[in-house]
Amino acid sequence: MRGALKSGNVFCKNRIGVTGLGILSVFILTAIFAPFLAPYDPCEMFEPMAPPDSQHVLGTNDIGQDIWSELIYASRISLFIAFTTSIIATFIGTLSGLFSGYYERFGFFVMRVVDLFLALPRLPLIIILAVFMPTSIWNLIIIFVLFGWPITTRIIRSEVLTLRTRPYIDSERMMGAGDLYILGRHILPNIFPLVVVQFVMEARHVILAEAGLSFLGLGDPTSKSWGMMLHYAFEYPTIFISEVWKWWMLPPGLCIVVVILALVFVGFALEEILNPRLRREIV
Amino acid sequence: MLEVKGLSKYFSSGILRKRYTKAVDDVNFSIKRGETLGLVGESGCGKTTLGRSILRLIEPTAGKVLFDGIDILKLNKKELRTFRPRMQMIFQDPDASLNPRMKIRESIAEPLKLQRVEKCEIEGKVQELIERVGLSPEHANRYPHQLSGGQNQRVVLARVLALNPDFIVADEPTSALDVSVQAQILNLIQDLKRELNLTLLFISHDLEVVRYMSDRIAVMYGGKIVEMGDVEDIFNDAKHPYTKLLVSGKEVV
Amino acid sequence: MNLLKIKALRVYFPTDDGIVKAVDGVDLNIKREEILGLIGETGCGKTVLGMSIMRLIQSTTLTDGEIIYKDRDLLSLSDDEMRKIRGGEIAMVLQNPMTSLNPVIRVGEQIAETIRLHQGLDKKAARKRVIEMLRDVRIPDPEKSVDSYPHQLSGGMQERVMIAMALASDPELIIADEPTKGLDVTVKREIIRLMKEVTAKRSMLFITHDLGAAAEICDNIAVMYAGELLEHASVDSIFSEPLHPYSEGLLNSLPERGLKPIRGISPSLIDTPQGCRFHPRCDYAMEICREKHPEMVKLEDGRAVRCFLYA
Ligand SMILES: Nc1ncnc2c1ncn2[C@@H]1O[C@H](COP(=O)(O)OP(=O)(O)OP(=O)(O)O)[C@@H](O)[C@H]1O
Ligand SMILES: Nc1ncnc2c1ncn2[C@@H]1O[C@H](COP(=O)(O)OP(=O)(O)O)[C@@H](O)[C@H]1O
Ligand code: SF4
Ligand SMILES: [Mg+2]
Ligand SMILES: [Mg+2]
Repeated sequence: MRGALKSGNVFCKNRIGVTGLGILSVFILTAIFAPFLAPYDPCEMFEPMAPPDSQHVLGTNDIGQDIWSELIYASRISLFIAFTTSIIATFIGTLSGLFSGYYERFGFFVMRVVDLFLALPRLPLIIILAVFMPTSIWNLIIIFVLFGWPITTRIIRSEVLTLRTRPYIDSERMMGAGDLYILGRHILPNIFPLVVVQFVMEARHVILAEAGLSFLGLGDPTSKSWGMMLHYAFEYPTIFISEVWKWWMLPPGLCIVVVILALVFVGFALEEILNPRLRREIV
Repeated sequence: MLEVKGLSKYFSSGILRKRYTKAVDDVNFSIKRGETLGLVGESGCGKTTLGRSILRLIEPTAGKVLFDGIDILKLNKKELRTFRPRMQMIFQDPDASLNPRMKIRESIAEPLKLQRVEKCEIEGKVQELIERVGLSPEHANRYPHQLSGGQNQRVVLARVLALNPDFIVADEPTSALDVSVQAQILNLIQDLKRELNLTLLFISHDLEVVRYMSDRIAVMYGGKIVEMGDVEDIFNDAKHPYTKLLVSGKEVV
Repeated sequence: MNLLKIKALRVYFPTDDGIVKAVDGVDLNIKREEILGLIGETGCGKTVLGMSIMRLIQSTTLTDGEIIYKDRDLLSLSDDEMRKIRGGEIAMVLQNPMTSLNPVIRVGEQIAETIRLHQGLDKKAARKRVIEMLRDVRIPDPEKSVDSYPHQLSGGMQERVMIAMALASDPELIIADEPTKGLDVTVKREIIRLMKEVTAKRSMLFITHDLGAAAEICDNIAVMYAGELLEHASVDSIFSEPLHPYSEGLLNSLPERGLKPIRGISPSLIDTPQGCRFHPRCDYAMEICREKHPEMVKLEDGRAVRCFLYA
């Protein structure tokens, strides 16, 4: 516990990390409390293409929906997809990484599968899959998980491989501890920091990938994310001729960039804190 | 009590054309109950591999290890697990032998938990062990990186003692420590050994240390045991050239 | 006569837990062609002392005192001037060759780099010179070893490479930090012999916990404890008749002298004990030892001791 507190302390001293975490919390809170924060129901229709005024902070879109409310609700979808995917992908990656690092033969087979996935061109395949699968949030999540877990597996496995040969693991075996006990009590806590970093990395990746797919029109039209907003805005014929893009395209685009930056900041900070090689000063 | 027959361990390397390192090559010896056998040899000669093979921390290529008449190498996974606490190993690097995320108290409680000692008894036993190895109670709440190498090696000893083992392999337990700390730890091991009638395989590359600790000495060279005998015989009348080199080396200093 | 004079050197590291006084008032002289051994337990400040002579300590450190090398105070030289001294007149052999040698560069190139910097040789001449140097440190088959990577050499050979690199600039003073740590007895002995040979016309500060090695190679010994020196004497006198209780304790903990340890553990360098820093572990401790801090006392035969028994 003291160890955790100490790294918490170090984290607070890390200005970049705190900034990232702050930004991220704003977005997460917005997503959670969207119904209270949004002035209108995002489906409610007003006069279309109204420029920003006191009624509609960011104006309305081509079918008259309030863009500000739409943006707030879209953060729900974008963050939901990102975090759900990372949770599942990191979970699968961690478990398979643990076992494939600990059991050599099992690991051999898992790593062949991982190699296969990592050798495949990720983006084109995701697009092809997305084209052929019915569009829904869950299908998107499935696709992202499918391509997300192998990296985590590989990273966790290599860490387990080195941990496994530590004398304290051997001494645990000499005391008659079983494999699951060793994995759960002695190896998992030591790779947990890595798992957290992987989680953040994966979330960052998915935000970008989801925005890309949705922008191409491969997202779920029934639950609008930031990417979908961009998609619809881009389809509007005169989007760049008038000033409309400033309040219709820019805000979701900025949201995507800012969230990704925040995740990068948090990832940076975590890595610096958790990786003692980076932390130690050279005398 | 312990009999090792024809024990070998080959490491293979290379995928297409296999090359073998004979880390341990047809080793035979036996240790009587309560005896300490010292194992010396230069680094890389196979001492660690031999110790780990005996305990089946790595699977030997061939041979037999009889412990009270039971062949350890024939035990299945489950039998091995119940058998293991009777044999223990102390490693070279004390800092790496303890889980860095566990407080000393938890580390020492580990073996007791695995032995299914009643929860209410554990705390008392931990205190007892801490005193037994010469630590003070305030150390219980620290993490391994907050203790010195010598103190951590005491914690390792406490963990080993918690299991009441019959046989211990000590693999260069003091080579990572200072001379003055080395003396403390070696004396502690000697005391505990006498008190508990332990049997010891004591591995070191320092002949003087082995002389102090052991009843008999085995000299290992290139994976084989090249000479074995009582301590004074080895010192006064070494036969193998490597042993002679070792013994003469000490006189220079 | 003195090549290096250290006066009242203090090196403090500010940390979260307090100020670590790694070197706390050290006075030490190294004469020309003298080999001075610095011994003491882990963490007593030996490496920091060696590093501060080379000015290899990070900038957040608080340093005070003087390190005078041939009439120049190293602590007040500019970074450029210091770099010249570091690569030229003073060289260092480090504790761990595996981390000081670059694993992805052939050893020959690593040595060549240093000599090309200082002697301005071209590639071919440098290579020839490197092979000669490898032969000087008795690396078998130097024509072949020059093209090996560090991991292809054994620990002893790596140490030889380190020594060759230190000798590359023909230094007058060598600072060797535990050059034999982790080596086998037999290999260790060869390295010690080699170091003795190559330092015949040079001075060396030889940092070690290995008392055997120190006895073999050094002319004089300084004993360090908790950031300060406790005794300074010739090798023969210190091994035959250690004066300071701590020196006596260190020698008695050697296996060949009966493995009698010093009780207790070395103090933290953040809050060192009041009075004599060794008093909690000393068998001779008196009333005064708990209250007053002893000064280094020069005895008539040139030895110096910091202990009230000799005041
Ligand atoms: N950069 C640093 N920041 C804080 N404390 C430091 C730093 N470098 C060294 N120390 C502390 O200074 C003290 C002396 O360290 P030093 O490395 O000189 O010991 P040593 O005598 O060389 O030990 P060893 O024999 O193990 O090499 C130790 O307590 C160490 O923890
Ligand atoms: N896991 C391994 N894979 C391949 N070779 C190994 C392995 N472990 C040890 N060896 C080799 O076996 C030999 C003996 O090593 P070891 O038993 O560790 O020696 P010692 O303990 O005597 O220093 C060495 O040549 C070493 O390189
Ligand atoms: S001054 Fe006192 S305590 Fe210190 S070493 Fe001498 S006798 Fe011991
Ligand atoms: Mg070994
Ligand atoms: Mg050091």
